[in-house]
Amino acid sequence: MSHEHVSNTKRIWFVFALLSAVTTVEVILGIIKPGVLEFNHFLGLNLLNWIFYILTIFKAYYIVWAFMHMEGEKSSLRWSVVSPVIFLVLYLLFILLTEGHYIYGVFKDSTIKWNF
Amino acid sequence: MEATVTTANNDEKTWGGGDIQPLGASYGKMMMWFFIVSDALTFSGFLAAYGFSRFKFIETWPLADEVFTHFPFMHGVSAPMYYVALMTFILIFSSVTMVLAVDAGHQLKKTKVAIYMFLTIIGGFIFVGSQAWEWKNFIKGEYGAVETVGGSLLQFVDKDGKRVALEEFAVKLPEQREALTRADGKWFMESAESTPTYSVAEIQAGFKAHPELLIRTEHLTAEKKKTILSRAESESRLTTAKYVVEGANLVRNEYGSKLFADFFFFITGFHGFHVFSGVIINIIIFFNVLLGTYEKRRSYEMVEKVGLYWHFVDLVWVFVFTVFYLV
Repeated sequence: MSHEHVSNTKRIWFVFALLSAVTTVEVILGIIKPGVLEFNHFLGLNLLNWIFYILTIFKAYYIVWAFMHMEGEKSSLRWSVVSPVIFLVLYLLFILLTEGHYIYGVFKDSTIKWNF
Repeated sequence: MEATVTTANNDEKTWGGGDIQPLGASYGKMMMWFFIVSDALTFSGFLAAYGFSRFKFIETWPLADEVFTHFPFMHGVSAPMYYVALMTFILIFSSVTMVLAVDAGHQLKKTKVAIYMFLTIIGGFIFVGSQAWEWKNFIKGEYGAVETVGGSLLQFVDKDGKRVALEEFAVKLPEQREALTRADGKWFMESAESTPTYSVAEIQAGFKAHPELLIRTEHLTAEKKKTILSRAESESRLTTAKYVVEGANLVRNEYGSKLFADFFFFITGFHGFHVFSGVIINIIIFFNVLLGTYEKRRSYEMVEKVGLYWHFVDLVWVFVFTVFYLV
């Protein structure tokens, strides 16, 4: 990088602390599984899982931006790496989860025995 | 900003793609990013396929809390999540040492780079070892179960709903099994190791002799617990038993849905393979650092590139952790 390589050590340790804290929160929630969160749903997904997914994305953002130093790259590189992944993954999840749910319904309402 | 470090002479630049830098990154670094994109899509495909199968069997999927309960030196203690949390910390920490190595590389501090690379390699080995231990427990199993002719899995519990292992109640019947001999031409069909400890008849007889036992099916109740049948229902369900299942393999497992174990082996195995290759690549770069290769180049960009790969492995684990153990 053209700007002088100042040591980023402080930021690295900060991100480490942050990621550890988030993981600890996830583990604690995973062990306790508060009923309030687990049995209340928002858009078909329970609140606990919402929290898990949001925290996962949060961690992923910090790993890519701070550890992989995406924040220091040109925005052209940033977009050409991040946007295909985001859009393709969203599409993939949409189509597979919808279809999985559909098949669940088919087998639930039919007499077919399904065992693989 | 030029994300690359300029090399001393132009001959080397030709190898690096010349002076033209489309996205402001060197050839090697840009290509590492695009390799990561394709690899990320591969892992997304696997995880989405896992989600697909899980949605298909949403009412019978195994509960991760009941599967991954082991912690080293704590036998018989149910400690869900702790071990995998430890593994996560190990991997995050090895990511930190990696990024510290890259940071030291920017300042051309050879010794520091070498030390941090070394710590990263150690962290990687510990992680791979932990995963092997996790696999060992998963394959070995703890309680055992039986599979019915219809392919559903039955587990055994006592009155309080506590899991009961097969060896706690199965009776030893006089040997009904016949050892296969090579003369039968069936030597390839079944090996002694894959034969379960007990036969279905031994489990059924043992169940009859222990009136306090009940059967637990795969079905999840509204409280996200497995359904426990009454004694009468249990007895009738057990008559349909076909296989005794101990531990896990790619065909059947004692935890529940067959696909659960298949995806576990495949996805954590593929991730573990990535970690392993990451460790190997790190070792190569580590020796290059020691030999002073990058010192001579006045550029530690290679450390940065393997660093990208290493962080990516950590990134994948973050998702695997959520999908397999938390959700």
